[in-house]
Amino acid sequence: MAFRLKLVPETTNIDFFRWASVTFGGSVLLVIASIILSVIMGLNFGIDFKGGTTIRTESTSPVDVGAYRAAVQPLGLGDVLISQVYDPTFREDQHVAMVRIQAQEGDEAITPEIIGKVETALKGVDPSITFPSVESVGPKVSGELIWTAVLSVLAGVAAICFYIWLRFEWQFAVGAVVALVHDIGLTIGIFSLFQLKFDLTIIAALLTILGYSINDTVVVFDRLRENLIKYKTTPLRDLCNLSVNETLSRTVMTSGTTLMALTALLVFGGDVIRGFVFAMTWGVIVGTYSSVYVAKNVVLILGVKRDWGKKEDGPAGTQFAAGK
Amino acid sequence: MLQFPLWKRIIILGLCALGLLTALPNAFYTRAERHNDAVTAAEKAGFETPEQEADRALWPDFLPSNVVNLGLDLRGGAHLLAEVQVADVYKARMDGLWPEMRKALADARGEIGGIRRAPSDPSELRIQIEKPEAMAKAVEVANGLASNVVSLTGVGQKDLDITAEGNQLIVRLSEAERAATDDRTMQQSLEIIRRRIDGAGTREPTIQRQGTDRILIQVPGVGSAAELKAWIGTTAQLTFHPVVGRGTDGNAIAKPDTMIVPSIDEDEQGVFYTLDEVPVVTGEDLVDARPEFDQNGRPAVGFRFNPSGARKFGDYTATNVGQLFAIVLDNEVISAPRINQHIPGGSGIITGSFTVESSTNLAVLLRAGALPAKMTFLEERTIGPELGQDSIDAGRVAAIVGTVAVVAFMIASYGLFGVFATVALALNISMMFGILSMIGATLTLPGIAGIVLTVGMAVDANVLIFERIREEMKTAKGPARAIELGYEKAMSAIVDANITTFITALILFFLGSGPVKGFAVTLVIGLVTSVFTAIYVTRLFVTTWFDRKRPKTITV
Repeated sequence: MAFRLKLVPETTNIDFFRWASVTFGGSVLLVIASIILSVIMGLNFGIDFKGGTTIRTESTSPVDVGAYRAAVQPLGLGDVLISQVYDPTFREDQHVAMVRIQAQEGDEAITPEIIGKVETALKGVDPSITFPSVESVGPKVSGELIWTAVLSVLAGVAAICFYIWLRFEWQFAVGAVVALVHDIGLTIGIFSLFQLKFDLTIIAALLTILGYSINDTVVVFDRLRENLIKYKTTPLRDLCNLSVNETLSRTVMTSGTTLMALTALLVFGGDVIRGFVFAMTWGVIVGTYSSVYVAKNVVLILGVKRDWGKKEDGPAGTQFAAGK
Repeated sequence: MLQFPLWKRIIILGLCALGLLTALPNAFYTRAERHNDAVTAAEKAGFETPEQEADRALWPDFLPSNVVNLGLDLRGGAHLLAEVQVADVYKARMDGLWPEMRKALADARGEIGGIRRAPSDPSELRIQIEKPEAMAKAVEVANGLASNVVSLTGVGQKDLDITAEGNQLIVRLSEAERAATDDRTMQQSLEIIRRRIDGAGTREPTIQRQGTDRILIQVPGVGSAAELKAWIGTTAQLTFHPVVGRGTDGNAIAKPDTMIVPSIDEDEQGVFYTLDEVPVVTGEDLVDARPEFDQNGRPAVGFRFNPSGARKFGDYTATNVGQLFAIVLDNEVISAPRINQHIPGGSGIITGSFTVESSTNLAVLLRAGALPAKMTFLEERTIGPELGQDSIDAGRVAAIVGTVAVVAFMIASYGLFGVFATVALALNISMMFGILSMIGATLTLPGIAGIVLTVGMAVDANVLIFERIREEMKTAKGPARAIELGYEKAMSAIVDANITTFITALILFFLGSGPVKGFAVTLVIGLVTSVFTAIYVTRLFVTTWFDRKRPKTITV
C-alpha cells in the first residue's frame, strides 16, 4: 500500500446534526449579526460605488501621512482620506499610499486641474513621488454601478435557485438559497466589521463565491438524491448525514486545493487585488461550511417527498432527467 | 469498458496539442507581440521596413502568433467613460433653423405681422408674433419647413414639432427626429474619437458605444487620462476669414457682422483682429492636413480643400490679392498672412509659431474634424505601466506557488492518479491561454485571479472522480469496474456543479464591466477546459495506463 495523504479517514461516521443548535443556530445568529453590523457600521464603499477619486502614490522615501494631509488639506477638497499601503511584494524602497478624495460638488468625474493641484501639492512634500494610478468616478455612474451590482447578485441567486429546482426538488432549491444568503451575508458582514474597501471587484468575488458554494452544495445534494433512491426507508436525517460523510473527503480536498491557490494569491498577489482575493478566500471557507452545516439542515427541516417513482416515470428526485 | 474509440482518442489528443500550440506564443510574449505589430504595420503600409522585417523574424510565420491581450490594469493606460451631450445638437439645429424660419415668416408678414425670436430653452425655438389671431397661418408656414424624418423607425413622421402658446410659436424637434439625431450624433462622435485616437497612433484602443449616449474609451500605453481627454476633447473648428482691421484693444465693440478675435502668434502678442463674421471657407471643406515645413524650414501645417472649398478659396484669393486673410482655430487667430497671389489649387500652408509637435497635433485635430456635441466625463482611470508590471509579476509568482502547492497536494493524496491530474492541469492551463489568445480576449488582474482559482477548482472534477473510484473499490468487483463506476457516478455531480458556476459566470459577463468582465471570461473558459481535461484527458490517461498494466488492484 503506497503512502497516501489522507486528510479525512477512509470512512467517517460523524453526526453532523449533533450540534445543530450550535452550528446551524450559530450560522443564523451570525448572518443576523452581519446584517445588523452592515446596517449600523455601513460598508466602506470604494469610489466605484460612492464616486470620488483615488490617487495611488509611490515614492522611494517613507510615506508621511501627516505631511501628505497637511499638503492636500489647504486645497479645500472636502473629505480627503490618506492611508499607507503595506505589502510583502513591495521592494525595500517602495512606499505606497492611497489618497482618496470625495466626489466634488457639481462635477461628474474630477477635473484634471484638481488632480494636477493635488499632485503638485504632494510633489512639494516629496519630490520623488510618482502616481502609478489615478481613478475617478462620477456620482452618476457610481449610482448606476451599485444598482447593477445588487442586480447581478440577485440575478445570480435567482438563476441558481431556478436551476436547482429544475434538477432537484424545491426543498433543495430553498436549502441552496439559504446557504447562499448565509455566505453572502457573512462576507458582507466581515467587510463591514473590518471596514475593508468594498468595490466592484468585491461584487465579482461575491458572485464567484455563489458559484463555488453552490458547487459544493450540489455535490452533497447530488449524493443525497442518489441515497434517497438507494435507501427508501432510512430516515432523512441519517441519509443527510451519510451523504455528507461520503462526500466529506472530496469536500475537504477541493476546498483544500482551492484555498491553497487562493492563499498563494493572498500572500504573493500584490495589494491591488488583495481585497478581491480576501473576499474569495473567506467565501470559500464559509461556502464549504454552509454546504455541510446549513444547506442540508434546511432540507431536513422542510422534509422531502419519499415516495419516489410511484407516479413519475423519470429517475427519482429529478424534475427533468439529466440527458444520458 | 471505459476505453475511448481511436477517433475519439485522436480528437482528444489533437485538442490538447492545439491548446499547447496556441498557448505557445504567450511564453514568448514580447517576441510574438513585436512580430504581430510588424506584420500589421507592414500590411497597412503595403511595404516592409528593415526594422519590421527584423521584428517579424523574431517569431516563425508558420506558428500561431496570437497572444493574450493585456488589460489596462496590467499594461497601463487610460480609461474614460464619456457622456455625449446629445442635446447640444438640438440647439445647433434650432439656431440653424432660425434664419430660414425668419425668412419664411417674413414672407407672410402681411398676415402675421412682425416677428422676433423670444428667449427660450436652447432645445427649442420660440417666435413671438405680432398678430396672435393669425397664429394658424404662422403654424402653417412653419410646418412648411418641416421635412420627413430620415430613419428606419421614424418613417412618415415630420422632423419638426410645431405648437402655439399665446402669441408665441414654439418649434421643437419631434421625438422621432430627436432619436435619429441622437443616433447620428453618437455615430459621428464615435467616428471622430476613433480618428483622433488612431491619428495619435497607439495600439489597440477600445472605443465602444455604451447605452444611448455614452462612449467607453480605453487606450493602453497612454500616460494619463488627462492626456487622452486632451486628444479627444479639443474641438478644432477651423475657419478662414477676411480681415477687416487689426488693433490691440480686445474690449473694442465689434461692428455688426464682424468679430474681434485674439491672435495666438507669439510674434503678435496682444494683437486683436477684426474679422468678417462670415467665413470664406470652413474646416468642413478640408480634406487633408499634414505637418510640413515652410520655405524657412519652420514647422507648419499643410492643408487641402475639397473641390467646393477650393473654388471658394480660389475665387476669394483671386479678388483679394494684397489683403490680409485670417486663419482662425477655435476663435483664435493662428496666423493672418497677406494674400500674395491667386491660389487656385485649393491647397495651402498655415504658418505660425509652431513646434514640430504642435504642428503635428494641429494636423491631427484638423483632419479629425469637430465633435458634434460636448462630452462630460463620468469615469476616468489612469494606470501606470509600472503598476501593471508589478501586478503581472505578483500574479505570476502567485500562480506558480499556487500551482506547485496544488500539484504536491494532489500527488501526495492520489499518487499516480494525482500525477495524471497534474498533467491534465498543465494542459488545462495552456488550453485556457490558447483559447484566450485565439478569441483575442483581454486578460485583466481579476482574470489572473480567475486562472489561479480555476487551478484550485480544476482539480475538483478529478477529486470527485478519484474519491468515487475509492468508494467503488470497496464494493465493486475489481478495479476496472470501480474505475468505470467512478466516472459514471461522478458525472451528475460534475455536471450540476459546473453548470451552476457557469450560470454565475454568465451573469458576471453580462452585467459586469471592465475587469469584472475579464474575470468572467477566464472563469467560463476555465470551466470548459477543466471539465474537458477532467472527463476526457485524465480518463484517457487512466484507461491507457490500465490497459497496458492490467493491475490486479489499484490504489487511488
